[in-house]
Order: sequence, then structure tokens, then C-alpha cells
Amino acid sequence: MNLMEYKYKDMIHRCFRCGYCKFPTDWSDITNCPPYARFRLESYSTGGRLWLIRAWLNGELEWSPNLANIVYSCVGCKNCVEKCPHSFNDDVVNMIIAAKTAMVDEGKIPKAVGEFLTNVQLHGNPYGMAAKRREDWMEGLNLEPYKGQEFLFYVGCEGSYDTRAQGAARATAKLLQQAGVSFGVLGSQEISDGNEVEMMGEDALLEDLAKKNIKMFTELGVKKIITLSPHSYNVFKNRYPDFGGEFQIYHHSQILANLLKKGLIKAPEQADARITFHDPCFLGRWNEEYSAPRKVLAAIPGAAFAEMGRNKKGALCCGGGAGNFYTDFLGGSEDSPARIRAREADEAKANILAVACPNCLTMLEDAVKVEGLEDKIKVRDISEILTA
Amino acid sequence: MSSIHQELVNIVGEDYASNRREELFTYSKDLGTSQPLWPEYVVAPKTTDELQAVVRLANETKTPIVPLGGGMTLAGLALPQQGGVIIDLKRMDKILEVNEQGRYMVVEAGISHGKITSYLKKNHPNLMHSEPGAPPAATVGGNLAIHGQGDLAHPYGFNTDMVNGLEVVLPTGDIARFGSCAVGSGWYTMHPLPDIGLFLGWNGATGIITKVSLKLYPCKKFRENNMFVVENEEFVPDVLFEISHLGMAEDLIATSSEIPPMMNRLHYISIINTGDSEEELEFKRHMTFDVQLAKYIRNGVGGIVSLYDERSRPQVSKSADWKKGGGFEYVGAIVPVSFYPECYRRGSEISGRHFIPYTVLGRVIGSCHSMMFSWSYAFNRADDATVKHARDALHETDELVMELNGTIWKPAIFGQKLMLERMDPGALRLMKEVKKILDPNGIMNPGNWEVD
Repeated sequence: MNLMEYKYKDMIHRCFRCGYCKFPTDWSDITNCPPYARFRLESYSTGGRLWLIRAWLNGELEWSPNLANIVYSCVGCKNCVEKCPHSFNDDVVNMIIAAKTAMVDEGKIPKAVGEFLTNVQLHGNPYGMAAKRREDWMEGLNLEPYKGQEFLFYVGCEGSYDTRAQGAARATAKLLQQAGVSFGVLGSQEISDGNEVEMMGEDALLEDLAKKNIKMFTELGVKKIITLSPHSYNVFKNRYPDFGGEFQIYHHSQILANLLKKGLIKAPEQADARITFHDPCFLGRWNEEYSAPRKVLAAIPGAAFAEMGRNKKGALCCGGGAGNFYTDFLGGSEDSPARIRAREADEAKANILAVACPNCLTMLEDAVKVEGLEDKIKVRDISEILTA
Repeated sequence: MSSIHQELVNIVGEDYASNRREELFTYSKDLGTSQPLWPEYVVAPKTTDELQAVVRLANETKTPIVPLGGGMTLAGLALPQQGGVIIDLKRMDKILEVNEQGRYMVVEAGISHGKITSYLKKNHPNLMHSEPGAPPAATVGGNLAIHGQGDLAHPYGFNTDMVNGLEVVLPTGDIARFGSCAVGSGWYTMHPLPDIGLFLGWNGATGIITKVSLKLYPCKKFRENNMFVVENEEFVPDVLFEISHLGMAEDLIATSSEIPPMMNRLHYISIINTGDSEEELEFKRHMTFDVQLAKYIRNGVGGIVSLYDERSRPQVSKSADWKKGGGFEYVGAIVPVSFYPECYRRGSEISGRHFIPYTVLGRVIGSCHSMMFSWSYAFNRADDATVKHARDALHETDELVMELNGTIWKPAIFGQKLMLERMDPGALRLMKEVKKILDPNGIMNPGNWEVD
């Protein structure tokens, strides 16, 4: 894309930089934009970023590695969309993604972003790992490959490869088995869903992945998909239809809530548990699903539940979106969003920090350790809590 | 890497000090019509110790420093007139104490007004502070540095009248405290010590406010916006006077604007009434409309537009997006309430000359002791011609305020010069001496309130 073709060139000047986008819904802190929370310089706020992008488009500023880092530090959490008072608020994140696309097209992206995209292109996952290793998480579970069952369980890259996120994938699969759900998996045939690729501005690669996945799903006769990750849920539900992929998409929290309601699985009693829940951005703000994971947690006998101060639409992102779980632009500080979130879970006096996203799981588990809270707080996917 | 940059990094850490063009760019631009002015560094201290070290460094190296809060003045008051270091104070945002019975809170000055409102609502719902009509990112310190007002201006005055104590970092890097906290008695009053108030309203030209004790006020359970309208602007001062006689309203604002058409050439008076019960609210409605304003209703020259409306957080930035332009700036003036009609008429003429729909607002301060009257001028940030029109309109309005014998509030540099030209010579000399004594190296936000 030529810079002159930047889709939002007639809109981007409308950002006033008023700073509403820094706040959560209850205005409790100015740090609800993850990069701004991390760096606290105006250039890292949404408004600052939009003004920088405009300056780059106008030729007022040259591209630089620092400019690229600032643009790519946006994790796409959509807090700004939630809080911006203007009529163009729906496009605030899109304006940033479009700037990333412009950088991709000019080949001017941070090294870590390049590695991520290259790995997805070459290996179908951001880690650059072999396809056959996608089946590691399944070991001993006796899972069936997808061959026309009611559901495809799409695990995603994190659940397949990341050793911590594999726990959530295994727990979810076991629960589906226990409930007698008819499902199969893709195993080594699975490839990236493309959500992060799009958030990083590589829309051509998204299209490629989407078309490959849609072709595979269609040939296999897939009608209904359960996703482990809200990121997969988001792209399957909201973007695949643009490429002709119409499937019924369910996040695992929705399936688990339904299975609990029907009595097909039962939550174990956890009398000592005091649980708080961290809303994943791609389930919450992107898809407005706040109730399903809470229904799951409410079904646990004996457990107490406490919300963190920032929750639902106002939740602070863990900082792992838009590929940042890999590129880590926001790491390395006590002001890294995941560490702030770990401290907030502690303030809520929780001993279990529940999540419903493999990215959040790994980000927050690391943060809890760095904060020295691992003896007090366990980070668990909702599926893991049900199989405890 | 320059040595000053390295020193700043040593003080606050690498993440919070920058001399990179991308970070400086954002701080070179105000939200209003001001031309960009570039700093050489930006630094964001977290503690008073760090701030002191930054100020000492600046003083030793004679490097200008510009304190920045929310950056919401729109008048370019935190743009570096002579380069140097922007000190972004928003990391200094702790709530240090709330004394519920004493009705005050002590905060670090970089805290946003939004955070305070949220904190009090959650933890002390029977208390409130005066939140300015700015976006919630506006900071306490920034607002005090410009003599701001807020939504309790009618009952309690300027926000700077609501200060129980101050801590300030002086241009030497030393700390000074004022009020009862200076004698170790807590932060409950500014009085009865000798008056050495040298920091409020100075745009940071004499020192940097670091801690503030803010007076808090009773927060009633229910709050409603009752709207009264008159067509003849000459009635507005009397309507405000009549309502202020009751001493009941929490906020009192008159507005008129060309857009939307229903507002055009009409004057809407927003009366914020509050109460702990429906009976209390009903009594206030009764006294307001059936007694004080009855003559206007009876004579058919004023009417009730709406009752019981919920008050929403001000969304000032929406004004910026007229014709999808993304910009506005306003002149605010502190004037007698009786000036409303003239301010409105002359202001709408200025707007007309510059092809900008007029938008004026007057907020009552005290018992009609004065009002903050503002003239807003929208512009399209992507169209230089409209920016110039807005800038010219702002300058004409500054001159209008002087012609009317008003006082420009938080004037931009252009307005400051107009004010200083008119300043009482004795006061002018004293300002010069104060500045010279406190800031002999002239490092503190130079160009602001500078007496030649």
C-alpha cells in the first residue's frame, strides 16, 4: 500500500488527543491503554500514536525504528474504541492497524514483527516450530481427528505449542470428552487462524491463511467450531465471512457454560478458592462476551468470586494482543500491563486468577511469577479450574 | 547521547526520559491552534525526589523546564517557548490521604481529575471535588497552575480557592510546603499563616506543584440538570442572579450556540440541583422555577426546557469535531455576570467574521461574583485556512476582553502580553521581583508571565 492510499487519511486528523482513551469505563485510572500504562509518554497513548501516524503520512516525520516500535506497541485491546467519545471511535484501532499495514507494505517493521510474520508464513505458527509438534498437547488424550463430528475443536498456535497453554487445551479436550461432545481436532493439519497477523497489519497473509483454513474446513465438512482462544474466535466469527467462510463459532467458555447448565459436566467443589476473572480483549471488548466465563466460574461449588476493579468493558489488557505475547514490546517493567494485572488480582485478594485465553494465561502466569506472587495466586484457564 | 539526556536517564530510568524525535513530536504540539514548539527532552518522573533531581539538573545547566499535566489548556501553555525539558507529571498520581470528616484529600499533583472523581465515588460517595469542564485527563496540578474552575464553582469559587495545602518544588530543586502542613499539623487548612501564595495561576513559572490538599464537599445522592431558556440575552444576568440568591444550585451555566439549530440565538441556563431525597429536589425545583424564575415564565419570556435530566460527564472534545475537523480552542475570560449579553453579541460577531458557528458559555463563579465566559472556535486540523481563522478569532477575542475590561483566563502568550501591558505597575514590579528571586536563572516555563 502506498502511503497516499492510507484508508483513513480523511479521518485521522479528527483525533483531538483528549485522552478519554486512556481511561477504563469507571475512570479509575489513566492507565487503561496498555502501551501508555507501560511507557507513560504521550507518544504511546492512542492519541499520541494517531498524531504520529498522521505526521508520518504528511511527511512531517520520517519513518524510524522508534516510530515503528510505538505503532506496534498497540496491542489492539480496543479500550480506546470503548472510551473515545467521537463518532469515528469504531475506527480508532483500525487507523492504527492500517498504519501497520503501510509499514508492512514498505517493509519497515520491527525485527520481532518480521520474525513473527515469517514464521507464520513458513511454518503456519509464530514460533517457527514444525507442524508435527502441533500434536504434542494431545499426547495420551486419545483424541480423534476431525472427520465429520459435530464440532471441530480448533486449538490454535498457543494452545498447540506453548507448554503452559497446552494445559488449557488438554483440560478443554478432557471436559468435552467427559460431556460426550462429538468433536475432532486437526492435529498437525492445523495452521494459524490469522488474527494476530491481521492485527500486525499483514492483511495479505491473513487472506492467505483464511482461504486455506476455509478450504480445509469446507472440505472436511466442518459446520461448528469450538476455539480455545478468543483470538481465533474473533477472526473466525468476524473476518472469515469476508472470505466466504461461514461457520458457527463458539468460544470454549460458551460451550463449557452450556455443558455445566445441562449437567453434562460438573464443577468440582473448591471451598478455599477465591477467584477473580481477567477478561480477554478478543472475547470481551471485541465480541462483547462477558457472561459465559463468569457463568462457568459461578458454577464452582464453594468458590468465592471477586471482580478486579477494572473488569468487563473496562478491563486492562494483559498486553499480549496483536502478537505482543511474542514480540514483547510491553515487557520488562513493573509497569508492564500483565504485572499491573497480577497486582490487581492480588488486591482483589484472589488466590486463583482465572483466564479464558491462552495468551492471557501465559502472559499472566509469567507476570505473577515476576511479581513474586506465585505462592499466593495461581493462574488458571477456566477449563483447568473445572478439571482441578 | 547528550550529557543532559544521560543525566535524565540516570534520574528516572531509560523508559521515562527521551530525546527521540517521535516522543518530542507529541510534546511539541498543543491541541489548539498554537504553532509547534519543540522541546529537546521529555522526562516523566515518578517521585518528588526524581522531580527535584531533574529541576536541580536544569538549574545547574540553565536548561528551561516546562511542567506538563494533562495538556488540556488548549492555549499552548505547556509548549516550550525556549526549548528545554518537558516534565510530564502524570506518573505522580497517588492519592495519599482522604480525611472524610475533615473533608479534604491529599494527592500528588499529576493525578487526573477523572481518577479522583472515580475514587471518591467508589470509596467516599458522600464526598466530591470540583471537576473542571475539561476531559478527565486534566490534572489537579495543571488546573491549579491556571486558576481553573470546575463544577462546584458556583457554591465555592475557583478551584484554587479550594486548596488546603501545597507542596512545591522550587526552581532550585528545594521543597517548600504551604498551609497547615508546613507546621506539621496535617493538611486541613491554608490559613491562618502569612500569605505566600506564589504558585497558583503562574503556569509553573515559579515552581512545580507536587502535592495538593484539596477541599472536598458534600456529594448528594441525586443530581439533576434542569434547563431554563430565554431568548433575550439581556435577561441572562438577572436569571443567574435570581437563581444564585437561593444558594441551592451546585452548578450554574448559561450557553448559546449556533449549532444545533435549537440552540441558535437562545440562551440555555443549566441549573444543577442536588438532593439526598426526592423531597429536597422537589423543594429546590419549586423554589427555582415557581418562585425565583416565576416572573419570566409568567411574562412568557422564559421557559423550562427540561427537568430531571441526568448530568453527564462533560465531553468537551466533541466540540472539536464540528464538520469533522478535529480541533477547537477557546478564549476564557473572568468577567462580571452582567457582561454576558455584550460578550455573547460581540463573540458571535467575531465568529461570523471567521465563518465559524458561534459557541459561548458562561459559568457562574461564587454567588454571581463573576463568571468564566468562553468563546469557542472550531477548526479543521487538516485545513490551515480554518486554523488561521480560529487563531485570528482567538486574538480578536483576547482584545475584546481587554476592551470590555475583563480578565483573560489562562491566556496564551498573546493574551498574556495584552494583560501585562495593562497591569498595575506596582503589581508588575512585584511579579518581576518574585520571578527574579525564585528563578534567577529563568528556567521555569520561560515566556510565561514574563515581565520585560
